[in-house]
Amino acid sequence: MRTLCAKAPKEQPPRKLSGHRTARLRDTLESVPDSSGATEGEVSRHVGGCAEALRSPDRGGSYAAAPRALPDCRILPGIFRVTDHDTEDHLEDIPLDALPLDAWHRARGARMVPFAGYEMPIQYEGIVAEHSWTRESAGLFDVSHMGQLLLSGPDLDAAVEAVLPIDLSTLKLGQQRYSLLLDEEGGVLDDLMVSRWPEALYLVVNGATKWDDMGTLREALPDDITLNYLDDRALLALQGPKAADALARHTTGEYPLSALTFMKFGQFKLAGHEVTIARAGYTGEDGFEISLPADAAAEVADLLCAAPEVKPIGLGARDSLRLEAGLPLYGHDMSPETSPIEAGLVFGINKRRRTEGGFPGADRIVREINEGTARKWVGLTIAGRLPAREGAEVFAGEAHIGIVTSGGFSPTLGAPIAMAYVASEYAAIGTALEVEVRGKRLAATVSPTPFVPHRYYRGS
Amino acid sequence: MRYYTDEHEWIDVEGDIATVGITEYAQGQLGDIVFVELPEVGALIEQGKDAAVVESVKAASDVYAPITGEITEVNPALEEDPALVNTSPEDGGWFFKMTIADEGELDGLMDEDGYKAFVEGL
Repeated sequence: MRTLCAKAPKEQPPRKLSGHRTARLRDTLESVPDSSGATEGEVSRHVGGCAEALRSPDRGGSYAAAPRALPDCRILPGIFRVTDHDTEDHLEDIPLDALPLDAWHRARGARMVPFAGYEMPIQYEGIVAEHSWTRESAGLFDVSHMGQLLLSGPDLDAAVEAVLPIDLSTLKLGQQRYSLLLDEEGGVLDDLMVSRWPEALYLVVNGATKWDDMGTLREALPDDITLNYLDDRALLALQGPKAADALARHTTGEYPLSALTFMKFGQFKLAGHEVTIARAGYTGEDGFEISLPADAAAEVADLLCAAPEVKPIGLGARDSLRLEAGLPLYGHDMSPETSPIEAGLVFGINKRRRTEGGFPGADRIVREINEGTARKWVGLTIAGRLPAREGAEVFAGEAHIGIVTSGGFSPTLGAPIAMAYVASEYAAIGTALEVEVRGKRLAATVSPTPFVPHRYYRGS
Repeated sequence: MRYYTDEHEWIDVEGDIATVGITEYAQGQLGDIVFVELPEVGALIEQGKDAAVVESVKAASDVYAPITGEITEVNPALEEDPALVNTSPEDGGWFFKMTIADEGELDGLMDEDGYKAFVEGL
C-alpha cells in the first residue's frame, strides 16, 4: 500500500467512444498477446482491431498508457508503509504489471491479454461456458487491477462531499454505495464504490482510471486528508447463485456471512486471513467482492475454486454478464463526454445533493435532473443473430438518432443486445428503431433493462 | 491439395474450385461464434479483399478472399448453426467456394507443415 503523493505512473487516458467495426482476422488473433490494456470494457478497442475485443472487459479502459505531468504533491503520513512508484516517462513500451494471481491464472490455462495496464485473464475455457457457469453456479473473478483507496482525516465527510455527489450522512458503518467522480462540467471521470470503514472511507475505482482518479482526488481534497492506495491488496469477486454457500463454508466472523445483504460489507476471516467482504458485484447475480492481502490471493483462490460449484471466470464473461445486467462500463457507456443523468445514473447523485448541490458539475446535473436531457441511455434488443457493437449508429427511419455504446451477443437470451444513447423522444420502451451494422439495417427495439433480471440478495 | 494463409484461412483446391474456411487455430482464438456473414453468390472478389465476417461473442473479424475469384456457393448450414465453425472449422464449417482466377496466387500460400510452423511461431 502506498500513501499519495500521487505520482501517476501508469495513467491511461479515457477511451474515446468510436465506431470500431471489424478487424483483420490475423490482427484479431495476433495482436492480443502484446498490446497494452484497458479496463472494464470488453469488445472493440481502436488499436489493432478486434483483438481489442479480446482485451478490454473492464470499465473504461484504454491502451497506451500516456505519461502525464506529475501533480504537485507531497507525501502525507499514512497508516502504512510509504512507498514510491517509478514513473514511466515514455509513451511506448510501458511494461504491463502482473496481477498478484498472474501465475495462478496461467496455471489454469487462462488466455492473458493486456487490460488496464495489466496482463489479465480474458478467458479460461470459453466466454459462453464461463458466462453460463456464473449464471447457474458461481464464478471467481480476479479484479485486482481495480484501485482500492482509503481516505481518512479530519472532517472527512465534508471534504469528500465536496468532491463526490454522495450523501455521507446516510452512509453507515458497514454500508457501501455507488458514486461518481465528476468533472466541473458534470462529465463522468469515473464510477466507483464508497464504503464506510471505521474512521475512514474505502473506495473501489476502475483499473484504467485509478491513477487519474488519485490525481483528481489528491488535487481536490484538503491536504490533511490522507489518501492511501492499497496496492498490497488483491480484489476477488465471487458471483453467482451458489457463491454464498461456497464462500460461507470458509468464512468466520462476528456474524455469519448470511447477515450481509446487497451493498453491505463486513470484516471476516477467510482461510486465516483478515479480509473485507462486500455483498456486491458486476454480474447482476448475488455475489461478493473480497478485499484481501495480495500475498494471500492464490491460497484463497485455490480454496474457493476447490469447491465443485466454483470456477475461475475471465474478463470476457464479465463483460457479457454486466451487459445482460444492464450495468454501464466506464469509458464505453459513460465518459467525460456524458453526464450521469443521460446515462440513467441519477441514483448516483444522492437525494440531498440534488437540492443542495456543492459538488463538481452540480449546476448541470441539477438542471438536467429538473429539465431532462436531450438523449438517454437505453437498452436495445436486436432482431436476428448479428450483434451490433460499440459505435454502431442508431436510426429512426432516415434520422440518425443515436449510437451504440456497448453491444454483443447475450449468451443467456441467445440473441444480440446493446446499450445505446438515443435522442430522448425515441427512448420510450417499445420504440422501434434500426441499428446499422456494416451497411445493413437491423431492426431494434428499445427494451427494459436489465435484460436478465438481477438476483441480488436483499434479505430472506 | 489444402493451402493455408497467414490470415488463418484454409483453401481446398479441387479441380478449378476452391473451398475456403478458417482454421482450427483461428476458431479457438475467436471463441464462440454467433454469426457468419457470407458473400453473395456470383460476387467477384479480389485476393485480400473482404469476403466474410465472423462474429464471435467477443468481436467481429474480417475474413479475406485468399485468392481472386467468383463466389460459386456459400455454406447454407452456417446460417442455422454458426457454431459449426467452432465444432468443425476445417470441414463442415466451411465458408464459401470460389473459382480460381489465377493459379499463380496459390503459390504464395502455405502448405500444412508451413502453416503449422507459422502458428507455432506466434
